[in-house]
Amino acid sequence: MRLPTWLAQHLAALRALLVFTVLLGLVYPLALVAVGQLPGLNHKADGSLIDAGGTTVGSALIGQSFTDADGNPVPRYFQSRPSAAGDGYDPTSTSASNLGPESVVDTIATDPEESSESLLTQVCGRSREVGELNGVDGRRPYCTDDGVGAVLAVFRADGLTGPVTRVVSVNQAAPATPFVTEYQGVAVEPAQPGEDYVAAGGVVTPIRGDAPAEPAVPADAVTASGSGLDPQISPAYAELQVNRVVRERGADPAAVRKLVREHTDGRGLGFMGEPGVNVLELNIALDKQFAAR
Amino acid sequence: MTMTTAGVIFVLTLMAALVAVYKPFGDYMFRAVSGTRQSRVERGIFRLVGVNPAAEQTWGVYARSVLAFSAVSILFLYLFQRVQNHLWLSLGFDPVVPHGAWNTAVSFVTNTNWQSYSGESTMGHLVQMAGLAVQNFVSAAVGIAVAVALVRGFARSRTGQLGNFWVDLTRITLRILLPIAVLGALALMLGGVVQNLSAGTDVTTLTGGSQTITGGPVASQEVIKELGTNGGGFYNVNSAHPFENPTTWTNWLQIFLIFLIPFSMPRVFGRMVGQNRQGYAIAAVMGILAFASVVITNIFELTGHGTVPQAVGAALEGKEVRFDVSNSATFAAATTLTSTGAVNSFHDSFTPLGGMMTMVNMMLGEVAPGGTGSGLYGLLILAVITVFVAGLMVGRTPEYLGKKIGSREIKFASLYFLITPILVLVGTAAAFATGNNSTALNVGPHGLSEVLYAFTSASNNNGSAFGGITVNTTWWDTALGLCMLFGRFLPIIFVLALAGSLARQAPTPASEGTLPTHRPLFIGMVVGVTVVLVALTFLPALALGPLAEGL
Repeated sequence: MRLPTWLAQHLAALRALLVFTVLLGLVYPLALVAVGQLPGLNHKADGSLIDAGGTTVGSALIGQSFTDADGNPVPRYFQSRPSAAGDGYDPTSTSASNLGPESVVDTIATDPEESSESLLTQVCGRSREVGELNGVDGRRPYCTDDGVGAVLAVFRADGLTGPVTRVVSVNQAAPATPFVTEYQGVAVEPAQPGEDYVAAGGVVTPIRGDAPAEPAVPADAVTASGSGLDPQISPAYAELQVNRVVRERGADPAAVRKLVREHTDGRGLGFMGEPGVNVLELNIALDKQFAAR
Repeated sequence: MTMTTAGVIFVLTLMAALVAVYKPFGDYMFRAVSGTRQSRVERGIFRLVGVNPAAEQTWGVYARSVLAFSAVSILFLYLFQRVQNHLWLSLGFDPVVPHGAWNTAVSFVTNTNWQSYSGESTMGHLVQMAGLAVQNFVSAAVGIAVAVALVRGFARSRTGQLGNFWVDLTRITLRILLPIAVLGALALMLGGVVQNLSAGTDVTTLTGGSQTITGGPVASQEVIKELGTNGGGFYNVNSAHPFENPTTWTNWLQIFLIFLIPFSMPRVFGRMVGQNRQGYAIAAVMGILAFASVVITNIFELTGHGTVPQAVGAALEGKEVRFDVSNSATFAAATTLTSTGAVNSFHDSFTPLGGMMTMVNMMLGEVAPGGTGSGLYGLLILAVITVFVAGLMVGRTPEYLGKKIGSREIKFASLYFLITPILVLVGTAAAFATGNNSTALNVGPHGLSEVLYAFTSASNNNGSAFGGITVNTTWWDTALGLCMLFGRFLPIIFVLALAGSLARQAPTPASEGTLPTHRPLFIGMVVGVTVVLVALTFLPALALGPLAEGL
């Protein structure tokens, strides 16, 4: 019996797909899994797992949180970057924040459950916390001293033009005191929960403020990575934390700095990427060399 | 050395490597697609599939073979995901929901690799390696096959035959994709990319927390994700994940693999039409557009405009320490200039104008250098349009490579060009008209950018995401699935129809009046036509989104 052409064509397609599925979908990946078990390669193929004190504590490539059960930083450890993966550094739910560069207005709802922070407020809050933890100035441009985004909603008589009629500091909920008392002669009000000042016609106006152009807290300390699993921090963020770790452990600063250097990966071939400090490996080395006080 | 200097050297070394492999690798691909001696494995495959490798096909049969193979692939991949809970290595995951399975099946078969799911919490290892990764290979091979068929249309005359799809598919997969994939996977494994079948290792972290270190056959899928300009990550965060892209040099290698085939295809073209200089001209157009875009994206990202980047001091949100701003920007440009769509940083958090560049790159129509095969055929269509426009301006008969560009040819070329703008703009409008834009995380201009990006990415078969938008709803899965489907196969049909029409023509000998298509003048004109067509089509939409936000 001769099949109709269209059917014969689809049967050929099905046979081709099955052949390729076996070859490319089973033989090829499984052969590579087998190769990955060769000595020398198996450690990496299995996820670069690392031990400390006889148990596996993680992977050299995957960052982790160094926080206590309540989520507070454990000061004797170098801290990782902020993470948007699950509750932080969760490899089963990797994610970036996906918040945009102009995400500057918080949602302050009457129900705190429905409130959410803009990226700017997250950055300001982190900067303040990291500053406090390490005893440096945590101020940044476009941030208030209480660690939220310094953003005003400016209402004008004719929408976008005309004299200013009303100004609200949108990220500071009453009873907070606005970061500036007045804007172009108009007194600044704190925000009321549940109000949407942008929808009401307020023009979003971030205020630069007088924070230093180069904040003491480095950029990677206040931003979430793309993966949420970044195993590294910048050498600058590591340096910022050295004094705290030295104090907590009663260690010699020079010895701690030496460990930081040993766990810093430079640029690949001198020009690829940027240097980074592997936080987990550094902390394991610290534990080995200096007992916590 | 500053980050800018290092970033410049990074780009220059990539360019040098691509220039170095252009000839040898292009020649290798030429031999793979034009040879007639079949290896023993290939003969075995032809017997199993039941095709006669010596029999050639007309454009209609070739197109129907492409469509039959893709239709069967979509159905197979759909069913595979729907029954994954009954299969080996399912990791205990439920079957993928119907609209998600449809979207993912279309996405991988069309070489888009848009992902409305999160890899580590949705797909078992078997679906990933025997379903998704197989399509990473064959969808890339389909693109190259269609490009080769188009070039045969230019190279041949007075014939209806364009080659045999099954032979092209097999030889491209076995001789081009698979060997490089094996080598690349081994290199990635040396860098730390995982390759195992583990369901995950539970560990207690240094401070007593718990963490699950995920596993999977990642390296084998990662390499073809880049080489085949697919872009679908094994994990949700794609090439930002340390298990997919662990080091600064694997990042370089991944960008190189992304560009390798698309930038070498013009050599295949030049060899096949018997004039290498025609290949150089096409490669030059691709190179000029790509270089300009990489530089501009880097400048926007390194300058770091935008309120949050200013507050932070750098556009570092959504970027890894090891890649930092410059290498992330270069990757972002590479992945959107080709139809890859893999990401090593999150475009949603880029500066407004840096984010816009990733969109503009896709809107160029994925031709600089575009996807595997699809980049070449897309650019040849633009070359045809350029020849036609130039002919109108100076009153010459439009000819390209000895073929007359008549009304039939220009109709196919125009139809090809019109499809993606229609899909992008109608799709974006439909999302707003039906209120489905409300799943975007951001409002205002950035919310428009998120919707526009999604449709641009799907219709151009790119697959990268701006993120910040929930797309795993029935409406989004369906709408974007249709955009991917039409955005892939309608152009392929028009390309093959054009190829058939060109192959039938008798060659026209070059005369005084023929526009030389290998000179800088022509290169400049193709670049101009590409940019002007994009500007006219998309500028209004860009003005309301990223431009409104960034200026």
